[in-house]
Amino acid sequence: MSVATDRTVELMSRTLDVKGRSLWEDARRRLFRNRAAVVSIIVLGIIALLALVGPFLLAYPFDAQDYDVVSCAPDWWPDPAVLCYAGGSHWFGTDSVGRDLLVRTLYGARVSLAVGLIATLVSLIIGVAYGATAGYLGGRIDELMMRFVDVLYSIPYIFLVIILMVIFNRNFFLLFVAIGAVEWLTMSRIVRGQTLSIKQKEFIEAARASGVNGFGIITRHIIPNVFGPVIVYVTLTVPASILAESFLSFLGLGIQEPLTSWGVLISEGANQMETAPWMLIFPALFMAITLFCFNFIGDGLRDALDPKDR
Amino acid sequence: MLSYATRRLLGAIPTLFIIITLVFFMMRLAPGGPFDAQRRLPPEIELNVKAAYNLDKPVYQQYFIYLGKLAHGDLGPSYKSKDFSVNDLIADGLPVSARLGLAAIFFAILVGLAMGTMAALRQNKASDYSVMFIAMIGITIPTFVMAPILTLIFGVYGVSLFGYDLSLPVGGWSGGALRNMILPVFVLALPQIAYIARITRGSMIEALHSNYVRTARAKGLSSIQIVLRHAMRAAVLPLVSYLGPAIAGILTGSLIVEQIFGIPGIGRYFVQGALNRDYTLVSGVLIYYATFVILLNLAADLLYAYLDPRVRYAR
Repeated sequence: MSVATDRTVELMSRTLDVKGRSLWEDARRRLFRNRAAVVSIIVLGIIALLALVGPFLLAYPFDAQDYDVVSCAPDWWPDPAVLCYAGGSHWFGTDSVGRDLLVRTLYGARVSLAVGLIATLVSLIIGVAYGATAGYLGGRIDELMMRFVDVLYSIPYIFLVIILMVIFNRNFFLLFVAIGAVEWLTMSRIVRGQTLSIKQKEFIEAARASGVNGFGIITRHIIPNVFGPVIVYVTLTVPASILAESFLSFLGLGIQEPLTSWGVLISEGANQMETAPWMLIFPALFMAITLFCFNFIGDGLRDALDPKDR
Repeated sequence: MLSYATRRLLGAIPTLFIIITLVFFMMRLAPGGPFDAQRRLPPEIELNVKAAYNLDKPVYQQYFIYLGKLAHGDLGPSYKSKDFSVNDLIADGLPVSARLGLAAIFFAILVGLAMGTMAALRQNKASDYSVMFIAMIGITIPTFVMAPILTLIFGVYGVSLFGYDLSLPVGGWSGGALRNMILPVFVLALPQIAYIARITRGSMIEALHSNYVRTARAKGLSSIQIVLRHAMRAAVLPLVSYLGPAIAGILTGSLIVEQIFGIPGIGRYFVQGALNRDYTLVSGVLIYYATFVILLNLAADLLYAYLDPRVRYAR
């Protein structure tokens, strides 16, 4: 290249102020153009914020029972027959032992969101490590490792979680881990598939040529590059975990009283719905909205990270 | 085709074996024996009880005894329901669960197929959007929220239309009376309707844009004939491979539905067993379910190979 063209290029790039567009920048721009995803992120943020600070701001502790206000309707309930006027205001009403339902719903949000995040984290760690190892090593070991995943796949996963809960005797913390320990299967398949294609690329060869060992290649070069599909799947694993926890809690196999989660509240509400429908409506509404939001964000991320529709 | 079927059937055996082994040892790993919670027995009686259930032998021996009995189809005694074996309980619940599940899957396929086809034919019109919206609701709102809400509407408040009373019983089975089946079947089928409608819509749109459909149209066939005889064949293929997950979904849903509506099926025994820590019952039902799901997946794959001449399972 001559000096003249070199200068032209330099001048042009200076005047045009060209900036490179990275994949992530592109993805972010596309994500923020997706209205459903943006609204979902905002709504989810509000729910998370309420769950975090709400219980501190309200006058009632989550487990304080008050037998003067058992099964009271919310203050604004249209049917005055079920209202009771003693003892403060309860925006969401109270449950069958007089605990404030707003506090309990927000407290349940904490537990449910925590389950979603922790279980997803567990599944992320196991799934990525397992899938990347299988994909990188290849051959016999890969076949054996993925065969094991296939075997576990043949049982509906909630049954495995139930078995784990029977063994651990409904331990609160182990519930989180048990859900995560079952949700990693799909994650490992995705990561393995990506790893198989990435490990053929030149930069892996270059890394190997410059003496990086297998562990270093997996952690430094392969895992950062499988991030795209993984993050989409993460946004789908969080609602799946929340749902799994609620499912178990509904059956009485999950979170135990006086702690609560949306599943526990919905279960209680379902028992009382003939006389006190508010006990079902609010937790169910919160959960449905949260699940909707995660689904929209997942869809948005998938579209945003798809290089095909730029 | 036959050799493929045999090979797949043989391949299912190690899978099942691994699951049985896994379940057995996980149950034995659990802290506490099955009789710990009861009032303390005199030591000699406790020994007798343990001997009756082979719990006095080392674990590996228990494992082989269990395997040996399984080979004869015997899932062992239930630890908590004293006079029943796990086989008795499964045999008791099976007709009910099978009837519920089969009704749900047929209903789901029928309605899902119709809804998906309708959406595909009216792509990007109002009816398409409303079908997809219903599908979104069916997928997002979990069974254990949908069931109470529907019970509230149809069972508690009651619905009447043009003077007809449409209210339904909120629970019970009554030997499988139609009125008792409507709500459970609908709740069980709803998520599957949603998935099936989504899959059908996608594959139907693709089929309607394909060349052979254009040829059929050029030949002058009526659009009903085109949809039913030409496009539908290609559109149902993805559904066959969805059959496995659909069955798994219905099994999972049956745990909730049988609990909510008080239906005496296998799912309820499983949940009761899990709550009581009845190890043999839980592992027995799980092994039973796993066998069922594996065989059904196999059947779906074979059906797919049979229906789609392009698939050749060579090797």
